[in-house]
Amino acid sequence: MKVDHSLPLEYGTEQNRLNILGFWIFLGAEIALFGTLFASYFTLVDRTGSGPTGAEIFEITPVLIETILLLTSSFTIGLGIHAMRLGKAKAMITFFAITLLLGLGFLGVEIYDFIVYIHEGATLQTSGFTAILFLTLGTHGAHVTFGLFWGAFIILQVIKRGLTPETANKAFIFSLYWHFLDVVWIFIFSFVFLKGMM
Amino acid sequence: MDFFARFAVPNPGPTIYASMVAIALTMVAIFVGLTYYKKWGYLWREWLTTVDHKRIGIMYLISALLMLFRGGVDAIMMRAQTAVPENTLLGAQEYNEIFTTHGVVMIIFMAMAFIMALMNFAVPLQIGARDVAFPRLNALSFWLYFFGAMLFNISFVIGGSPDSGWSSYFPLAGTEYSESVGTNYYMLALQISGLGTLITGINFITTILKMRAPGMTLMKMPMFTWSALITNLIIVFAFPVLTVALLMGTMDRLFATNFFTTSNGGMDMLWANLFWVWGHPEVYILILPAFGIYSEIISTFSRRNLYGYKSMVISMVAISVLSFLVWVHHFFTMGQGALVNSIFSITTMAIAVPTGIKIFNWLFTLRKGKIVFTTPMLYSLGFIPIFTIGGVTGVMLGMASADYQYHNTMFLVAHFHLVIIPGVVFAMIAGLFYWWPKMFGFMLNERLGKWSFWFIAISVCVTFFPMFISGLDGQARRMYTYSESTGFGIWNLISFIGAIGLAIGFALIVYNIYYSIRYSTREIPADPWDARSLEWATHSPVPEYNFAIVPEVDSTEAFWDYKKKGYKLFKGKYEPIHMPNNSGVPFLMGLVFFVWGFAFVFGMWIFAVIASIGIAACLAHRSFEKDHGRYISVEEIEKTEKDLGGAKE
Amino acid sequence: MKIKWALLTLIFTIATVLTGCEPLLVLDPKGPQGRTTADVIMISIWTMAIVVVVVFALYIFIVRKYRASNQSEDYEPPHIEGSLKLEIVWTAIPVLIVAFLSVVTVVSTYKVEATPEGYNEEPLVIYASSSNWKWHFSYPEQNIETVNYLFIPTDRPIEFKLYSYGPISSFWIPQLGGQKYAMADMVNTLNLAADVPGEYSGRNANFTGEGFAQQTFNVKAMPQKEFDEWVKEINATAEPLTEDKFEELLKPGHLGQSTYTGTHLTFSPPPEGHHEKGDSGNEEVQPGSSKKEQDEEVDHSKMNH
Repeated sequence: MKVDHSLPLEYGTEQNRLNILGFWIFLGAEIALFGTLFASYFTLVDRTGSGPTGAEIFEITPVLIETILLLTSSFTIGLGIHAMRLGKAKAMITFFAITLLLGLGFLGVEIYDFIVYIHEGATLQTSGFTAILFLTLGTHGAHVTFGLFWGAFIILQVIKRGLTPETANKAFIFSLYWHFLDVVWIFIFSFVFLKGMM
Repeated sequence: MDFFARFAVPNPGPTIYASMVAIALTMVAIFVGLTYYKKWGYLWREWLTTVDHKRIGIMYLISALLMLFRGGVDAIMMRAQTAVPENTLLGAQEYNEIFTTHGVVMIIFMAMAFIMALMNFAVPLQIGARDVAFPRLNALSFWLYFFGAMLFNISFVIGGSPDSGWSSYFPLAGTEYSESVGTNYYMLALQISGLGTLITGINFITTILKMRAPGMTLMKMPMFTWSALITNLIIVFAFPVLTVALLMGTMDRLFATNFFTTSNGGMDMLWANLFWVWGHPEVYILILPAFGIYSEIISTFSRRNLYGYKSMVISMVAISVLSFLVWVHHFFTMGQGALVNSIFSITTMAIAVPTGIKIFNWLFTLRKGKIVFTTPMLYSLGFIPIFTIGGVTGVMLGMASADYQYHNTMFLVAHFHLVIIPGVVFAMIAGLFYWWPKMFGFMLNERLGKWSFWFIAISVCVTFFPMFISGLDGQARRMYTYSESTGFGIWNLISFIGAIGLAIGFALIVYNIYYSIRYSTREIPADPWDARSLEWATHSPVPEYNFAIVPEVDSTEAFWDYKKKGYKLFKGKYEPIHMPNNSGVPFLMGLVFFVWGFAFVFGMWIFAVIASIGIAACLAHRSFEKDHGRYISVEEIEKTEKDLGGAKE
Repeated sequence: MKIKWALLTLIFTIATVLTGCEPLLVLDPKGPQGRTTADVIMISIWTMAIVVVVVFALYIFIVRKYRASNQSEDYEPPHIEGSLKLEIVWTAIPVLIVAFLSVVTVVSTYKVEATPEGYNEEPLVIYASSSNWKWHFSYPEQNIETVNYLFIPTDRPIEFKLYSYGPISSFWIPQLGGQKYAMADMVNTLNLAADVPGEYSGRNANFTGEGFAQQTFNVKAMPQKEFDEWVKEINATAEPLTEDKFEELLKPGHLGQSTYTGTHLTFSPPPEGHHEKGDSGNEEVQPGSSKKEQDEEVDHSKMNH
């Protein structure tokens, strides 16, 4: 495997460069996926049937906590990648671990939120609105959950194998994924929650 | 026994029992055959675990041909049922299941697979690459497609087929009106194979953008590669829409949500919109690679370069953009009013412009050429007039006010078959004949090939032209029968005769394959067609590393220049070649997805959870796996090249 | 070259049939809307015929002239990149054709969506609702309801209000005009009119499951006077439509024709668009209310962007 040392480690090999481009294209598909969910959300948002509207169930506090947790995690993973570029494996692992903990916190609050909605009579089956609400949030949440496992695997591999072109490549791609989830959340926060509460 | 009762087919008939027996016998025959000839190991090592794009392409090809026959049998049954008024060959329910599976199988599991087959086989060779960017993912794509297709096909004998049309409009496809598990199969089988398609899209875009031979700029790529690039871009943006729609449909059916229901705020029109936002680009996902194939073949057998290369590329880009802006024309009659319909009419008709440009470019490629009528060329030449008929009727359908009369009629059925068959099916058969020697090292019989062409080309016209007339006479599509007083009988009878002709034509292709395997000479040159692109610069069949030395390119037709102008294609000397290792994980993951899908179809949650864990385990295994591939040594390359008849200079 | 002749023969046959003595339903219109669409279809067929003839002529000429057997052994086809001039020509001409057809489309689409002009009387409003696998026609003005058959006065615009008690259906009377969907969560408006008295066939054109093939109805168009007599007769002889009776009619299956006094609109009103909160089935609807239609338009434009 030829390694080009003039480039950052994660771009070092031909396969690494392919992986990163491939992942960007995957993110393009993810944009189409979430775009479809948002379009469907806007179509169904007022179709609440006999169930509650968004304004009736949304609460600002948990949503703000989720936002802060996820935004911070996006920042810490950026620090993790910075540490990786400097070759500091330990610092990188620490920042990645913090990121995942923040992600876990986010997921905890989101699950709490779901339980609150269900108690207020907004279940998955209640109306077109609740269905698309749970699906949009749930798809994002499932991505975060998947990311937690993925990130944990990468941390384990960096611990075991150190910073190699392979592990660095994986970590970098994971950071792209995590930033992307943050961007999606910003859209959810603005167009689902803020707009819904207004 | 209650557990097993759910697997029973709701409306068993002789066709279903016959299929059960046929499936069982086939499975036994395969099992016994493999065991008797001791081929299990060979099958596993060389095929099931392969990551070689050429072998994956061939597996797609075999699956596509199988699906062609499944869909073709459906078609024959439909035409037979409607051949005469008040026919009782099939009941309404059977007919509904058959036209539903005909549509799904032909579009998703036949045409898509055929496109994937040719793309997999030819694209890396055309750009001078050793494989695709992600060989392992490529194998996963295939197995997801394959097991998705299998999941869909077992619906016929386990639990019941989907019966609400290939477009599966809600609320008809909801649990209220479609109680059997059939539509669950539809949702999950399409989801699984759709995932495979999406992965292929990502894989091929990366491959084409990053792995071209030195000197091959984007504007020097062969036209088929260009069409593959654009097709895969459409895939990446269109398939996620299907993913979401299917997810919602699955949830409506399994978890009683209200996405598309008619109460509690559900919206049936949302399904129609999402389905066609994917569905229309899907049509172009099929037709653009076909256009690419025609471009290659017409240029090769006119012995001329492709006329208007740049405008060919620009028109494909234009088509791909427009393909996302026309979906409403599938339901002009849904009541969105004159303004919306007018806008979508215009975008729809606008597609005729880039398509027309392509037709004229092909005609002018033929002009001043030296046209050789080989089988692939006959299909390409047959495509132009028949597709023109299909195309102009498409413009007619695009006119909203007139569409109110064509919609849901046989006129529409005639139109899209006359676009898809000459457009896509002819291209795939042409591509099959064209690339066959490169795949297997011998040629298909030309005489039989020409016979099959004339049977198919004439029969297509005989089958579908009468439908224009019966459509204008008021025959709605999807009717399992009609009364004699309607006067549709004669047109449907002609269609049935045409359908028999089509069946004979396709049977001739299969016989041709059998005949050529037995009798065709193996002594053929690497470039039997006197072609122009890079795949013909290597041996037939192609060694696993494709090119012993990566070719260097400086025009759109470097191989032609090599033959005619003495351009030096292969510079440098042999070096060890890095190749990916085979892996059984993609196959296993496909299998687990099959179980996962099956568990969801029947709502067997324990199995669903187990299968989900299985999928996660496969992913985790991949994450921790250390696989750096392997090297083929220079000695080994030298030996292979010598065995294959000497290296190309 | 057989195929070209086969094709030309077929096209010729089609042209003969289209203009022949036994006209096809869609091309034998009996009302203004049907005439408009039939005219559009004929315009498009002739325009497209020109395209087909040009392409075929060029194709036959080229394929005959440049076949290898027609050329000397040592002929080497030239390398030609393309020609900007020619490519502009075959871009511009299709653009002009599409522009022409676009104008035809837009004008005719607005025309067939609107109430037909040239009639003195107000449109007759008929609610047409589908259920598996039947059609229910309610005449609120006349206070009668029919199943699977339709009587309409000639020379008067008819405003159909379409909706469904089941899957998406499509209301279609080929000789009077184009079809439109009947759906469960909104009402669509279809404007038709008949000029010629006579019997026409109508059907559901959109697949709705097992009984779809037989989901047809008969249309009888007659002068206003006869229509009024029919209404009078029905009011005198038919049974009233009760809620129970209607429930029974809705059950999946096939029914013959039947007639009732009163309409189901009173106890089972049509869906009111799909604005507001979705569960609006309980509100009282004024037949032909314009507010509702406006809201439908808004919702659609939102959906289809």
